[in-house]
Amino acid sequence: MTVSDETTRLATASTPDGAPTPERGPEEVFEATVAAEGRIEPRDWMPEGYRKTLVRQIAQHAHSEIIGMQPEGNWILRAPSLRRKAILLAKVQDEAGHGLYLYSATETLGVDRTELTEKLIDSRQKYSSIFNYPTLTFADIGVIGWLVDGAAICNQVPLCRSSYGPYARAMVRICKEESFHQRQGFELLMTLMAGTDAQRAMVQDAVDRWWWPSLMMFGPADGDSPNTQQSMAWRIKRHTNDELRQRFVDMTVPQAAALGVTLPDPALAWNDERQAHDFGEIDWAEFTAVVKGAGPCNAQRIAHRRAAHENGQWVRDAASAYAAKHADRSEEPAA
Amino acid sequence: MDADDNVYDALAAADHDGRWAHGAGFDESVVEVTAPAPDGVDTEDLAAYCLMLADDALVGSQRLSEWATHAPELEEEVALANIALDLLGQARVLLARAGHLGAAERFRVAGRASEATGDGRAHDDEDVLAYFRDDRFFRNVTLAEIDLGDFAQTMAWMLVFSSWRLGLMTRLRGSADPVLAAVATKAVPELAYQREYAAGWVLRLGDGTELSHVRMQAGLDAVWPFVEEIFGAHAVETRLVEAGVAVDPAALRADVDADLEQVLPVATLTRPERPAVGLVGGRGGRDGVHTEALGPVLAVMQSLARAHPEATW
Repeated sequence: MTVSDETTRLATASTPDGAPTPERGPEEVFEATVAAEGRIEPRDWMPEGYRKTLVRQIAQHAHSEIIGMQPEGNWILRAPSLRRKAILLAKVQDEAGHGLYLYSATETLGVDRTELTEKLIDSRQKYSSIFNYPTLTFADIGVIGWLVDGAAICNQVPLCRSSYGPYARAMVRICKEESFHQRQGFELLMTLMAGTDAQRAMVQDAVDRWWWPSLMMFGPADGDSPNTQQSMAWRIKRHTNDELRQRFVDMTVPQAAALGVTLPDPALAWNDERQAHDFGEIDWAEFTAVVKGAGPCNAQRIAHRRAAHENGQWVRDAASAYAAKHADRSEEPAA
Repeated sequence: MDADDNVYDALAAADHDGRWAHGAGFDESVVEVTAPAPDGVDTEDLAAYCLMLADDALVGSQRLSEWATHAPELEEEVALANIALDLLGQARVLLARAGHLGAAERFRVAGRASEATGDGRAHDDEDVLAYFRDDRFFRNVTLAEIDLGDFAQTMAWMLVFSSWRLGLMTRLRGSADPVLAAVATKAVPELAYQREYAAGWVLRLGDGTELSHVRMQAGLDAVWPFVEEIFGAHAVETRLVEAGVAVDPAALRADVDADLEQVLPVATLTRPERPAVGLVGGRGGRDGVHTEALGPVLAVMQSLARAHPEATW
């Protein structure tokens, strides 16, 4: 990816006293930089735990972008108008682009894309469980844009201020595009809700299926989220899972009303005292099952990604062989 | 021929124009499709010609879209989507033009694109023509509809298709029809990129590994029987060539040959010597007589729109 010079300059400028001095060891510099909301850059010293946490988180995010292409890709060939087809094709393409620059961000931490892809297809690294649910109708495309991209934005906007520079900068760009996707999704749903009875029913059905999995996107409840506290101390993460989930619910309720759909939760109600919505308990058994691989599409998604990767091996091999041949030739002395 | 036209030399040129990020393009209409047909040009012929060029792009785009989530590398995922989007964009303007010239009315029939809204236009012309037209009324060359096979075959297909269409659009910039001229002007750089992309892969695969060489040659061989048809002129094209509106497909043979002569030897590939597939009673894709491949492609593409003929999306 490329970032504007301005972004780079600002991010760099915000790093206070970047270099270790005789008085301050690298660890102190790291702690001071993070505490002062500065940015850690690839060449800076960082604790091994920080590096590992970042690799895990960014890789999971990259994998989510790539696996997330599948449920939406399911409708590219059948999109019911050429305009919708163009939008969907461009969106799935954006996701490939997001995956690309997130993998690039992990490369600044010393791992490469092939290694991570192999971990993904061997199920040694995870991706967002939301993509283990099927897209059954075209309304699902709109609901994914609205709820899934909406939840992703709630999760990701704070990451634009992540302490790790390359990740933060990647997230600035990704969030811009995600916002665009979310608006497109909502616009599709508005169109369907203004359409036929069958289209409206299609939207409600999609909302019924995607609402709870969308809430699960914020991860386990705070009491069950072992990594959150350290990630927050390192300023990799800025808010707890439950805080983000609450914010998402509060933002979504009026949008659902504007759309004219019902969110499938009888416990959902405004709580004047808390100045927030109460909502029902997530089915944590389902959450755990899907995370552990027993969701409706886990096996299918991984098999699909594995097939694409393995079927492409000969193409990548050929590109490497060709590049090597031509590197050799270019090194030959001129006659 | 300047440097930009050189399919092989251009490979070395860096491409930093950020094309991967371009959008859905639905509001990027290059010209008012409602412009009148040029004086003395038969409107039905012009509509038919727009459909031909539109269908080549639409069906080709649909085929390329089959690659989504299956590409050998993420960069290729992005590039193939890009190319499919470019072709789709070309198709949409051309379909709208054909629709404006009356082609859509023929397919705006009861039970299909019905009168769901007050003005009786539940669907835009582009969607009526894309979704509510049966395969026998599609005017694309059969090259556009064939199965793209593996990545090597797809690249062989793209090299031929983009070389041919680039030659066509380059000439069409001078068309007497302002809409065709505008579409062509926008399409030329898009197709030049496609040709460069395909040529790059034909080189890498042809001169890569033993396996890739075999597959690249096989891909080229598989596409070859459908190449001859693209140089044949339909009666509509012949009449419109005389009117200064259309391009004579026969003139494009030299363009495609030149590109292949430049790429294939360097890629260590052999120009196939395979007979062209036969036509049915002398009729091919431009007459609506297709291969068996088109029906299933359209069945998938049109299924949802046809299940809800009264709906807008």
